[in-house]
Amino acid sequence: MNPVTRKTSRGRTFVTVFLKEVKENLRDRRTLISAFLTGPLLGPVLFVMLLNITLSRELDKAEKPLPVPVIGAEYAPNLVDALKAGGVVPGAPVADPAQAVRKQDADVVLRISSDYGKAWRKGEPVQVELFYDSSQRDANTSVERVTGLVESYGRQQGAMRLVARGMSPSTAWPLQVARRDQATPQSRAVLMFAMLPYFFVITVFMGGMYLAIDLTAGERERQSLEPLFANPVARWKILCGKLAAISVFSTASLLITLIAFAVVGQFIPAEKIGMELDLGVHFASHVLLLMLPLVLLLAALQSMVAAFAKSYREAQTYISLLMLVPLIPSALLSFMPIKAQAWMYAIPLLGQNLGIMQLLRGDGVSAEQIGLCLLGSLAAALLALLATIQLYRSERLAISA
Amino acid sequence: MIEVRNLHKAFGTVKAVDGVSFVARDGEITGLLGPNGAGKTTTLRMLYTLMTPDSGQVLVDGIDAATDPLAVRRELGVLPDARGLYKRLTARENIDYFGRLHGLPEDLLASRRDALIHALEMDDIAGRRTEGFSQGQRVKTAIARALVHDPRNVILDEPTNGLDVMATRALRQFMHKLKSEGRCVLFSSHIMQEVAALCDRIVVIAHGRVVADESPDALRAQTGEHSLEDAFVKIIGTDEGLAA
Repeated sequence: MNPVTRKTSRGRTFVTVFLKEVKENLRDRRTLISAFLTGPLLGPVLFVMLLNITLSRELDKAEKPLPVPVIGAEYAPNLVDALKAGGVVPGAPVADPAQAVRKQDADVVLRISSDYGKAWRKGEPVQVELFYDSSQRDANTSVERVTGLVESYGRQQGAMRLVARGMSPSTAWPLQVARRDQATPQSRAVLMFAMLPYFFVITVFMGGMYLAIDLTAGERERQSLEPLFANPVARWKILCGKLAAISVFSTASLLITLIAFAVVGQFIPAEKIGMELDLGVHFASHVLLLMLPLVLLLAALQSMVAAFAKSYREAQTYISLLMLVPLIPSALLSFMPIKAQAWMYAIPLLGQNLGIMQLLRGDGVSAEQIGLCLLGSLAAALLALLATIQLYRSERLAISA
Repeated sequence: MIEVRNLHKAFGTVKAVDGVSFVARDGEITGLLGPNGAGKTTTLRMLYTLMTPDSGQVLVDGIDAATDPLAVRRELGVLPDARGLYKRLTARENIDYFGRLHGLPEDLLASRRDALIHALEMDDIAGRRTEGFSQGQRVKTAIARALVHDPRNVILDEPTNGLDVMATRALRQFMHKLKSEGRCVLFSSHIMQEVAALCDRIVVIAHGRVVADESPDALRAQTGEHSLEDAFVKIIGTDEGLAA
C-alpha cells in the first residue's frame, strides 16, 4: 500500500495534463481539421479570391472599351467622337434610360437633347444628361469615366471659344486645384485589408475552440471531470495545463495562417493597381508577437464560457456568440476611421487591430506601441485566467448530472 | 479508516444529507445502503472532497478533509458515480494519466498498472481505445484508474451498476481481495442482496439520515426479521426504491 505520502511535484501536474490533452486531441480528426486546415487556410484562400476578383474588375474597368447607350447621338457628332476617342463605345439608344440603369442593363446612359445643335451654334450652354445609379458601386468607375470625358470635352470647347474671342482660357478658370495624393502604395492596400486583423483573431479563436469546449464542457458531459477532480491535485493546475494545450493549438493555427498569407501574398497582383503588400517574415513575426497575449486571453475566455454550459452543444452555441466580439474593433475601424491614440493600443483586440493595420501600411510599430499592446492584453488575459480559476473552484462544475 | 461525523448538505431547501455519521474500518467492507435519492452519492462526494459539507467532519486516516483536501484525496481511491473515461485514449493510457496525476514515478506506475490490469483480467483490452468499451470493461478501467496509486481507502459508488452477472461476481471477488489486503472498502448500493453478501458492516441511509449501522446478523436480530429484505423494509419504513 501507500506508506509514504507522495507529493506531486509542482510542474508535473501541469505537464501531465498538458501532454494528455494534446495527445488526446491530436487523435480527434474534427479538432485537427478545424485547427490546422479549415480554420487557418480558409481565411487566406477566401482573401485571395476576393482580392483577385476586386482587383481584376478594377483593372478591367479602367482599360476596357465601355459600352454606353447614347440617346440623340446624331445631334452631337463631335461630342460622340470625343467619347469614342476616350474608349467609350456608343450603343443603340434605349427607350427608358432610367429603367435601363435601374435594371442594370447599362451602367450609365447618356441623353443628348434634340436642341443640342441649335444651342451649340448660338453659343448657349447646353445640357447633356447622364443616367446612373450611385447605389450600384460596381458602376461607379464607368460613371466617373464618362463624366470625366464629357467634362473635359466641355472645357476643351470652352477654351477654344475664348481663344476665338481673343481671350486667354485662364480667364474662365481663375482657380485651379492641384491634387497631391499622399497615399503610398502600401496605404492604398490598407483599405482592402481592413478585415485582415479579424482573420487572424478568428484563426486563433477557431484553433482553440474545439479544445476549449472539449476540455471543459465536453469533459463534464462525458462525466470524466468528477474522477479527474478526485485526484490529489489543485484544480487550477489542471486548468493551467488545459489552457496551455488550447494555446498551443491556437498558436499553431495562427502560424499556419501566417505562413499561408506569406505564400499567397506572392500571388496577389497588388502592384498592378499601385499597391504594395508585405506579408513576409517581418510582418508575420510582429503579428505573432502582438497576438500572443490574445491567445491566452481567448483560451481563458473560451474555457470560462464553456464552463458555464451544461453540454457540449450548449458550449458551442455560447462560443459562437463569443466569436462576434472580436468583430467589433474591426468593424468599428472600417466604418469610422479614428485616429489612433496611444491608450488604444492597450485595449485587447483594438490594439492588435491597430498594430496590424500599421504593419500593413508599412509604417511599422514602435516599441512603445508593442509594449502597450502586450501589457494591456496580458493584463486582460490574467484577469480572465483568474476568473476562470475561480469558476473552476465551484462545486457545481464537476457534477455532470 | 474513514470517519464521518454529523455531515449536513443542503441544495436550496432540499436537505440531501441531514446528519450522517459512520465509521468504515480497515480490513472491512462497509456498505452504504439506501433507496435512490437517499443521499448516498452526496455523502460520498463529500468524502472525496468534491463537495464541501455545510457542517460536520470527514476524517480519512485521521486527516481532516476540510483542512487538507489534497492529502485526503491522496489516501483515497475513488470510483465516482460518474465513470467517464477518455475515449480517444487506450485503457492503459487512461490509467497512466491518473497515476501521473498522483505523482507516481514511471517505473512504479508501470508495475502498479500492469498488476491491476492483470488482477482485473483486462489484459486483452488494455491496449485498446476505450471508445466502444462495454459497461463492464469501462468499470474495470475506471477501477484500475482509481486504484493505481495503491490507496489504503477505497470508495466505490454503486460499482455494480449496469454490470452483468459475471462482471458483478468478478467485481465482488475483487472487493474481497481488497479487503484481505487490509484496505478500508466503502461502497454504496441500493441492492440489498449485494450488500448482504459482501459487507461486514451495513450503514442504511434514508432521507439523508443513518437509520441503521450494524453487521448483517445484528441487523436481523435488531429487527426480529428472518430475511434481510424484510429487515431493510422495516428499517426504512417503506419498500419504495429498494429494488432487488
